[in-house]
Amino acid sequence: MNFNATLIGQTITFIVFVWFCMKYIWPPLMAALEERNARISEGLAAAQRGQQDLEEAQAKVSDSLKDAKQQAQEIINQAQKRANEIVDEAKDSAREEADKIKVAATADVDQQVTAAREHLRKEVSVIALAGAEQILKREVDAKAHADVLDELVAQI
Amino acid sequence: MAGSYANSSEYIKHHLTNLVYGQHPDGSWGFAHGADEIKEMGFWSINVDSMLFSVGLGCLFLWIFRSAAKRASTDAPTGMQNFVEMMIEFIDESVRGSFSGKNPLVAPLALTIFVWIFLMNLMDLIAVDHIPWLASLLGVPYLKIVPTTDPNVTFGMSLSVFVLVLYYSVKMKGPGGFFAELAFHPFPKFMMPINLVLEGVTLIAKPVSLALRLFGNLYAGEMIFILIALMYSGGFGLLFVSGGLLQLGWAIFHILIITLQAFIFMTLTIVYLDMASQTDH
Repeated sequence: MNFNATLIGQTITFIVFVWFCMKYIWPPLMAALEERNARISEGLAAAQRGQQDLEEAQAKVSDSLKDAKQQAQEIINQAQKRANEIVDEAKDSAREEADKIKVAATADVDQQVTAAREHLRKEVSVIALAGAEQILKREVDAKAHADVLDELVAQI
Repeated sequence: MAGSYANSSEYIKHHLTNLVYGQHPDGSWGFAHGADEIKEMGFWSINVDSMLFSVGLGCLFLWIFRSAAKRASTDAPTGMQNFVEMMIEFIDESVRGSFSGKNPLVAPLALTIFVWIFLMNLMDLIAVDHIPWLASLLGVPYLKIVPTTDPNVTFGMSLSVFVLVLYYSVKMKGPGGFFAELAFHPFPKFMMPINLVLEGVTLIAKPVSLALRLFGNLYAGEMIFILIALMYSGGFGLLFVSGGLLQLGWAIFHILIITLQAFIFMTLTIVYLDMASQTDH
């Protein structure tokens, strides 16, 4: 360890270096770093805002989607109701028509039955008369009677 | 390379001698050859190697950081820019953590100390013989390439720091306050002389320990590198190989040491200045 003028030279060098650093290196770098810091936090804030906006927009979208769905459902419901109504109307009118037809047909059938009965009665009386005539003409012949009766029976 | 020396101690001595320029006793100026001539030159001589390497490395530091400062912008940094800004932030954080007041000098001072000392220490990792051998080809008799193994360098810095400590002590506390701090602690007032001695020693110990710690660590580290280098003198063999392994190990360990020493010097400087600037003592 021998000290010499290097000590003084070093001290001066050191002071000059520190002065240079203090004047030309530290302030601009620090300023740039702080500025970048500010810019980054600004960017982060902007990103945050963007995120928020997006969320709001998404909420809005889902809202209107829900509205639209609801409306569509309503329309469908209405249409269904209307369709049911139409079907019911058609059923009613068909039933009425059918009733009418049935009534008419029943009346017709009744009429025909009555007519047929009338007709049958006339026939039966005619046949009975004719049978009685024949029985009176051949009263001895039992065998013949039987025949006649058989015939009569077959005819009724 | 040790073969060209008379013996091992000659080799070690040679590697620990600075290149000194000064006035010979006979009145002529020139480089000193050997320790005796250095002694004869007295105080008014200069360690050319220490000055050259420290100034060169300091200029390298200033150039790198200045060019980064010029290019500094708010855009994303790349490469060297990134590294420089990382260093700046690291120093800024250290200063913020240890220095409570506001002082525009402390952070640049800490940055200069840290990077400069680190670069000077880094020279330690260059194999001890390479550059001195190249220099000897140019006719330079001695060359010590690690400036921090020169106490002049470490004391030059620590004394500057000490002057700053004194300056801020007086400035922030006033001459009376500074004196009170030295005289009225840790014992009551009537034991002032003892207090003065104790606190005076504490005060003086700051720059001395600062300089000696750095110097001692690097000097010892360099010494061990030289001793390891001596193992190569025996030619290729077991000693040679183990020397290589030792050098590698010691160099890797030294990467930690040199960074740590630079960091300690910087942190203690910040702490001392913080203590000097504190008024509520």
